[in-house]
Amino acid sequence: MIHDASLPEAELQQFQKRSLLVGIVGLALCGAGMLFNREEFFRSYLLAYLFWIGIALGCLAIVMLHHLSGGAWGIVIRRLLESATRTLPLMALLFLPIVFGLSHLYEWARPEALGDKILRHKSLYLNVPFFLVRAALYFAAWIAVVYFLNKWSLKQDQTAAPSLSRQLELLSGPGLVIYGATMTFASIDWVMSLEAHWFSTIYGLSFMVGQVLGAFAFVIAVAILLSSRKPLSEVISSEHLHDLGKLLLAFVMLWAYLAFSQFLIMFSGNLPEEIPWYIRRQQGGWRWIGLLLILLHFALPFLLLLSRSLKRDAKKLLAVAALVIAMRFVDLLWQVSPAFHPEGFHFNWMDLAAPAGIGGIWLASFARQLKGRPVLPLHDPFFQEAVQHGRE
Amino acid sequence: MKRRPPIYGLMAEFDTPSDLVAATLRAREAGYRKMDGYSPYPIEELAEAIGFHSSRLPLIVLIGGLIGCAGGYYLQYWVSVMDYPLNIGGRPLNSWPSFIPVTFETTVLVAALAAVLGMLGLNGLPMPYHPVFNVSRFALASRDRFFLCIEATDPKFDHEETMRFLKSLKPRSVSQVPH
Repeated sequence: MIHDASLPEAELQQFQKRSLLVGIVGLALCGAGMLFNREEFFRSYLLAYLFWIGIALGCLAIVMLHHLSGGAWGIVIRRLLESATRTLPLMALLFLPIVFGLSHLYEWARPEALGDKILRHKSLYLNVPFFLVRAALYFAAWIAVVYFLNKWSLKQDQTAAPSLSRQLELLSGPGLVIYGATMTFASIDWVMSLEAHWFSTIYGLSFMVGQVLGAFAFVIAVAILLSSRKPLSEVISSEHLHDLGKLLLAFVMLWAYLAFSQFLIMFSGNLPEEIPWYIRRQQGGWRWIGLLLILLHFALPFLLLLSRSLKRDAKKLLAVAALVIAMRFVDLLWQVSPAFHPEGFHFNWMDLAAPAGIGGIWLASFARQLKGRPVLPLHDPFFQEAVQHGRE
Repeated sequence: MKRRPPIYGLMAEFDTPSDLVAATLRAREAGYRKMDGYSPYPIEELAEAIGFHSSRLPLIVLIGGLIGCAGGYYLQYWVSVMDYPLNIGGRPLNSWPSFIPVTFETTVLVAALAAVLGMLGLNGLPMPYHPVFNVSRFALASRDRFFLCIEATDPKFDHEETMRFLKSLKPRSVSQVPH
């Protein structure tokens, strides 16, 4: 039996400090960069922001998926996921710079957009006040769901009431619907509208699957790194890693399936309002980034994760998870940056400084959240079963 | 060719799956290799105890998949590029994205066929005759008994010696399995 489920505090404290330092230095550099190149600052910041909030929101989706489906794989990582979701209030705060950069980022937010017939029609939806109201609604919905998911989960630690599991389940059903609806529109607002003439109905789903894939890779990496320390070392076994590896494989395939579905339909239609999005992403170096995505975001992780022994080997699975996390960033780069640089591949130094800046602060907040609560839901009715599953 | 042994083998009957697994492990330790366990339901540990080697089936499925993949793509390539080229909206004749869904389907189809046929080829099914059924008690193997049969083709097999060994495992009974 495990009685104490808190992580070694000193180590986390140190990690938190270092992350915060990286975050502050990164953001300070970007702040300096903004003075010289305002346009590039906002572009890099948006890219970095999408990457990190994607991991937090992906974790939220996985928590709810697990409350609905059950399974040992989710019980052992639930507190890691929940800690990541509790960073969302911080992410709401970090959204503010984007609010001030709207006219730099989005063509529809500039006054000259009214001269464009299509953008004029779209302005009923794509206008600054409505954009801000929607963003506020998204954050309000996410933070509300996160609040109750975390509150009841913590309450179960204290009261051990099995009825709370049912309550969490009843919240997670509508919660997933809320996530799906809000994230579809958030992806349209924040990313798709960068090229406001273009549209794709599969985009929202494809964006969400990207988030969940990134979150799975992130939580697998964290679980493996923590599994050498108590108390997770007594719980997480190769059996759990095997299950998580299978889920990672499934989401790698789902991501590729959706990405290809969008491409195939637009390639076959070859319509002037759809195909320019892909033409821009095949010019200059973007073509090679696209090829890199096919090889390293799909083919390599797919082939590696087929192996049973790799999924059960913590070190190798960690390497694959790291690859997927890195490729999630490259995928977002390929989605976002060609909108600003259609002539060909372009990489600004702030495309690295901004992810480091936001990432440092995000990881510090994540570590702080991890410290605050037991890292295992000891009183979940299925906890013992989940531990037993690892020992079979 | 080696002469056919006079009997197929010797078969011990056990009451519980754990007895069967324990007996199999002992037989393996004693050096027996050509043996098989029979039980009413699959026992994971039993396959390990027998020393079930990894099968060649995955390789067969992979080859089937590759043939399906190449064949499916070539079929479309041959039709649209070589045999009956049509200009469809100015797209290249070899429009690979449109060929992917069918290529995927034929990959799955041939891989699945290779899996079924390869499985049958490797395990020798359907098998209308098997000597173990000559032992009348063997009918219980589909109900509540567990059997271990050491085959006479095992190099270490010796009628008396193996009989003594099987009896030392405290089975319910040991019977000869005629051909």
